[in-house]
Amino acid sequence: MLRRFLLVFLLAPAAAHSAGGDIRLDRAYIDSGDVLSIQRGAKVFVNYCLNCHSATAMRYNRLTELGLTEKQIKDNLIFTGEKVGDPMQIAASRKSQQEWFGVAPPDLSVIARSRGVGWLYTYMRTFYRDPARGTGWNNLVFPNVAMPHVLWQLQGTQILKTEIEDQDGHKVEHRKLVLESPGALSPLEYDKLARDLVNYLSYMGEPAKTRRVQIGIVVLFFLSLLLVLCWLLKKEYWNDLH
Amino acid sequence: MANSNVDRRKRRFLLAATSVAGSVAGVAVAVPFVASMNPSARARAAGAPVEVDVAKVEPGMMITVEWRGQPVWVVHRTKEMIDSLPKLDAAVADPQSSMPMQPDYAKNEFRSIKPEYLVLVGICTHLGCSPSQKLVPGEQSGLGEDWPGGFFCPCHGSKFDLAGRVYKGVPAPANLKVPPYTYLSDTRLLIGEHSKGA
Amino acid sequence: MGKMTALLNWIDARFPLTATWRAHLSEYYAPKNFNFWYYFGSLAMLVLVMQIVTGIFLTMHYKPDAAQAFASVEYIMRDVDWGWAIRYMHSTGASLFFVVVYLHMFRGLIYGSYRKPRELLWLLGVLIYLCLMAEAFFGYLLPWGQMSYWGAQVIVNLFAAIPFFGPDLAVWIRGDYVVSDATLNRFFAFHVIAIPLVLLGLVFAHLVALHEVGSNNPDGIEIKHKKDARTGIPLDGIPFFPYYVVKDLVGVVVFLMVFSVIVFFAPEMGGYFLEYNNFVPADPLKTPIHIAPVWYFTPFYSILRAVPPLFGSQFPGVLAMGLSVLIFFFLPWLDRGAVKSIRYRGAVYKSALALFVISFAVLGYLGTVPTNVWGQFGGWLGGAERATVVARIFTIIYFLFFVLMPWYTRIDRTKPEPERVTC
Repeated sequence: MLRRFLLVFLLAPAAAHSAGGDIRLDRAYIDSGDVLSIQRGAKVFVNYCLNCHSATAMRYNRLTELGLTEKQIKDNLIFTGEKVGDPMQIAASRKSQQEWFGVAPPDLSVIARSRGVGWLYTYMRTFYRDPARGTGWNNLVFPNVAMPHVLWQLQGTQILKTEIEDQDGHKVEHRKLVLESPGALSPLEYDKLARDLVNYLSYMGEPAKTRRVQIGIVVLFFLSLLLVLCWLLKKEYWNDLH
Repeated sequence: MANSNVDRRKRRFLLAATSVAGSVAGVAVAVPFVASMNPSARARAAGAPVEVDVAKVEPGMMITVEWRGQPVWVVHRTKEMIDSLPKLDAAVADPQSSMPMQPDYAKNEFRSIKPEYLVLVGICTHLGCSPSQKLVPGEQSGLGEDWPGGFFCPCHGSKFDLAGRVYKGVPAPANLKVPPYTYLSDTRLLIGEHSKGA
Repeated sequence: MGKMTALLNWIDARFPLTATWRAHLSEYYAPKNFNFWYYFGSLAMLVLVMQIVTGIFLTMHYKPDAAQAFASVEYIMRDVDWGWAIRYMHSTGASLFFVVVYLHMFRGLIYGSYRKPRELLWLLGVLIYLCLMAEAFFGYLLPWGQMSYWGAQVIVNLFAAIPFFGPDLAVWIRGDYVVSDATLNRFFAFHVIAIPLVLLGLVFAHLVALHEVGSNNPDGIEIKHKKDARTGIPLDGIPFFPYYVVKDLVGVVVFLMVFSVIVFFAPEMGGYFLEYNNFVPADPLKTPIHIAPVWYFTPFYSILRAVPPLFGSQFPGVLAMGLSVLIFFFLPWLDRGAVKSIRYRGAVYKSALALFVISFAVLGYLGTVPTNVWGQFGGWLGGAERATVVARIFTIIYFLFFVLMPWYTRIDRTKPEPERVTC
């Protein structure tokens, strides 16, 4: 009984792994200090995503933090009549979208904080053609997703190839995405675009992040100084006692 | 144990140093909280400058736009309207605009950057009603034959001329406010942002 | 006479300012052997003040309306100047409050600070802990994310499991048939006003009770038993001011460093302080696959899940969970040991305490994961979930720590307590 008990503890980490997710997520390797990447991602976002998805917590003029001027934002990123201080709204109401699509596309303001950048990066790259679906598209990370592959013209179309292999008596299924027809970008270029988009989504999830870290460094430095002073003060008084 | 004088100096120094560092920390902590009470990005966006295109405003007509929740009038003044202004210097309470009701670039006889366009905050300086436009001179405005044109506040009868100057003997104490504004082009104004330079 | 002295005299004639300063600071004697475990009381007070201050400033911008709550939190994070800092301070403070309080309670456990004459001090402390749990629970609904909503739904449904009046009670708590805007608004009132007022009152009473009997210490001996014949001052006591004020200040700065590392570099703490799923707005129609309470509730949540249903009712689990917290009230009367402090206890007590700590930790971990995390047993245990079996075992150990305490603290072979404190 005890041995079985111990075995449980020893095997716990391994068991947790196998009980986990369906598909291994790729690491996005984004650099949140790369403002040009975030700018490119912003362009992809407003051109392809902002039609259906809103980002109502994000104001256009926040992007001036990335080195853009208000005029650049207005000229390149705002296609509706909105002012630069307005949030990234969409025209359709959630109710209408629910009627049209069956499910309203979620607001993407904090999607990077709930899904994580690895999930988003893998998601944008694992769409494949699926005639069985209404949109004609399916996705490995989000099976039966209601969203079509908006970026298909850039990535090209992928199809899912499944091979069933016989490994020592039991069947193992291998699934592979294969590029059936190429898009405007090469796979490497598309990955870079996806990374830029995810970098932007990550930035949009918490625009204050870089500032937060910078201030943190100053705060810790100052507190260390304060600690030394308080410690010396404590010792000075406590020397009285012995 | 060292002699007590040295201890006292060291003790006082440490107390002083720690108090100073502590006060700096205190102020540094207070800053975010105090700053959080400033107008937020949402308030700043709602209060952002408003662009007005006056190309279609006929001479003698005016339009109203909203800025920071207030009505702002842009009046396209005719030559007659502009010429009538000096004649009213005696009838108005503050002919030289000495009270601070306008930016420096509007502190002139026309109370505007260019004489053709008058920009005013349409709120009576008495108790805050919005005066009615009575731009047409004479009988038509219903204020008597001699009415030279201007604004009339229905709440308590205050009258203002075609430069927004308040008449003598009315309840309102000051000229109508001229908001910050600047020209983006000959026919496009930006209300809410000051003009740079003279 | 200087102006300051004159002013002080004027005040003292009307208000016990100097008298209070003397009785509770400059002439209040605390044992001189306080160690690391004694920082957490003053730290708990610091965190309380921080939560109130950050909370006030958050309330200036937060909207307690189901349609606006989630968006208002993002408004604070982005549009309010420094709003992100205030929000992170509040969320980090909430979790650190529990870290500090658990360590503070653990100190009480190991040094017997709940023993006579400090039973009431302990009871007030447990009441504060209960209020803190309620405060955290009510506060967690406010961001109106998926975890906020469904966590509240699950916990309020626990009350529905109470026999006879349970379902009506749950409706009354919610103000509606499901967690809704009505629930949010009242939880806001509880979180912002009601419980903070109660907490402040209880903390004040807690300090009054402490000062009445004086503090315990790591050796568990009473310093008031050995007083100086002439002055009446405990021989092993030192005035709280300046010695513990200046020492606690160091503790405060160290705490603020830990606090700042989290606030500025890792406010989410891997999803434990700010849960990932709470960045999804509440959706009454979509239950998350995995609902777990915030980490500080997980040991008790584990106990709830470990108890199987009886006669189709989940109530036994609810009862067990409630008892697992309420049992702390009985500690002063369960402990029959000859000594107060663990320093002089024997192997029996030390083993029991070690087992309790391990139970608390394992149950805590298990509460964060789904019950199938370790798979099933095969063979004669017939498909039972391993995690559930482990949780059940540790639940029993947890309760035995208390239930058997009158027995094992009596048979425990203690060492003689010293006459004077050991520094």
